[in-house]
Amino acid sequence: MPSSDPTTLRARHALEFPGGYTRTTGPVIGRFLTELRDGRVVGVRTAAGRTLVPPLEYDPDTGDAVTEEFVEVGPAGTVESWAWVNTPRKGHPLDRPFAWALIRLDGADTALVHAVDAGDVKAMRPGLRVRPRWRAERTGHITDIESFVPEVTRIVSEVRVEYSLRPGLALTRFLQGVAEGVFIGCRCGGCHKVYVPYRLSCPECGVSITEEVAVPDTGTVTTFAINNLPDPRAPEVPFVSAYIQLDGTDIPMIALVGGIAAHEVRQGMRVRAVWVPEEERTMSMSNIKWFAPTGEPDVEL
Amino acid sequence: MSNPCAVIGVGQTRYTTKRRDVSIAGLVREAALRALQDAGLTWQDIDAVVIGKAPDLFEGVMMPEAYLADALGAAGKPMMRVHTAGSVGGSTALVGASLIQGGVHDRVLVVAFEKQSESNATWALSTHQPFSASLVVGAGGYFAPHIREYIRRSGAPEHIGHLVAVKDRQNALKNPYAHLRIPGINLKMVESTPMLWEPIRYLDTCPSSDGACAMVLSSAGKLTDSTPAWVLGTAMRSEPIFRAGRDTVNPQGGKDCAADVYRQAGITDPRREIDVAEVYVPFSWYEPMWLENLGFATEGEGWKLTESGATALDGDIPWNASGGVLSSNPIGASGLIRFAEAALQVRGMAGEHQVDGARRALGHAYGGGAQFFAMWMVGSDRP
Repeated sequence: MPSSDPTTLRARHALEFPGGYTRTTGPVIGRFLTELRDGRVVGVRTAAGRTLVPPLEYDPDTGDAVTEEFVEVGPAGTVESWAWVNTPRKGHPLDRPFAWALIRLDGADTALVHAVDAGDVKAMRPGLRVRPRWRAERTGHITDIESFVPEVTRIVSEVRVEYSLRPGLALTRFLQGVAEGVFIGCRCGGCHKVYVPYRLSCPECGVSITEEVAVPDTGTVTTFAINNLPDPRAPEVPFVSAYIQLDGTDIPMIALVGGIAAHEVRQGMRVRAVWVPEEERTMSMSNIKWFAPTGEPDVEL
Repeated sequence: MSNPCAVIGVGQTRYTTKRRDVSIAGLVREAALRALQDAGLTWQDIDAVVIGKAPDLFEGVMMPEAYLADALGAAGKPMMRVHTAGSVGGSTALVGASLIQGGVHDRVLVVAFEKQSESNATWALSTHQPFSASLVVGAGGYFAPHIREYIRRSGAPEHIGHLVAVKDRQNALKNPYAHLRIPGINLKMVESTPMLWEPIRYLDTCPSSDGACAMVLSSAGKLTDSTPAWVLGTAMRSEPIFRAGRDTVNPQGGKDCAADVYRQAGITDPRREIDVAEVYVPFSWYEPMWLENLGFATEGEGWKLTESGATALDGDIPWNASGGVLSSNPIGASGLIRFAEAALQVRGMAGEHQVDGARRALGHAYGGGAQFFAMWMVGSDRP
């Protein structure tokens, strides 16, 4: 509706020839479009031996007529240059972000402008190999090629293995202890070393271990890492994963240290396990929230 | 006394974050064909193939040796796979050498690879099983506490690790295959990178690389090369990761492995008698730690050697002239690259990072929780 305000008086006006203008193709462009309708791309040879794609009726360098020789090119080609369209407009060939690209089809000496459906601007680069994605219904138009798409260079392999795991005798025994708030270790009859968690054989002597030992939940930090990379098993970053040698044992175990700022943790620091409340305990290491400082003086390592 | 074994061909791919242009088979072939070309041989001239790579979980390819047998020309020939975690590249060379030394074969192709870009190694090394409560996150999370303990014991100043991080990347600028090339690399750049696993900063760590390395090993009777690298000694050792009293800073397995390989090669003073060493240093602090473990310095003194510049390319005992694991880390191949670079040095074929007059070189690899060790000594003179 025209506005009634004289200062903003304006109206929409469209010119569109009913049915659309025609374009008589002539023999050269016509051959190109006919081949497109058949799912092929052809170029035309110039007298100088160059192959123009899309073809022209004349050699743009000399003005001479081209030869009547048509050669099939592509369908694959190489991106020479490109511009990314982040917000496609009405009338663009794709309704999602794409690249306008100069594509030199294999066997051609000139580049063709077309859309590349690359998904992401990061996928675009000069030298990218692309192939046409043809429309099922073709009419003899440049849009018979819906767009070009990158060649397949990578697939995703669906690898998944599932196990049903049982902890085994030794770890089951250890977790029974943990469920009751006790660390169960063992003493080797050969070397008399005390291991925790509980195990059935000595890694040093190779002999079976039979003696079970209840180990205190206090110990000493021998060394540690301050982790700045987040991990789902730690409450926050930075977190400290420490080697803690429980009192009376001969091997450290790795556990989280908490209740103290990461940068205040020290080698030689005395710590005690912080257990979750009894009613929340299961046969799991998650019964131990972390190890926290006892406040005792540090141990000389 | 075993039969002499020599390296007559070395092939490497360039090392980079993502080799999107080649399949795994294409990657290993690239290295293998270059090694064959170096040796002046074809697939037909090879008697057996030994392949190594790190855990299958890295690419999700189970039994890669079966999948890659035909890609490596092994149809109708013995083919085996070696796996000793990060040291596997070294172990692969040693298994190949043993087939020559034992008189079983005359020419063996050894190949190792990793295509880390197919997944993520930190994920693959941190798949936590039910019931356990391990809090180790990736290799850095595992090794950081042991580095901290080294610093405590030795009293090494904080910048020592950064010196190695700079030195190895400077060397990498001279190696056309190296992954990390950081023009103008200096201490300030290393110190300004994020702390990942204290005390390990970002540039104190190795990159994740795709790549492969290969060697052709030959008996003395089948040489095709006038400047082979002769194998002077080989040794492997392992130790359990959980053992009371295990020294994780200065592991016994590493000391024993070094003593064995030096004894075979007649080395009594490694600092003086070895001209160049390619040592597995995936975190910068492992240079001073391994200087001590491998007997180049007495315990607690390794960092002083690093600080003095002795291990630089122009020092008296260059370590990792190629840029080392800190500059290129296709994990499964990293050990073999150390062994191959040692061979290139004594053949005088190391290009811009050649150590002048190198006659005896050490190749070293370690893996797991510093529990697998593989070493060889190679030399320009036939033993």
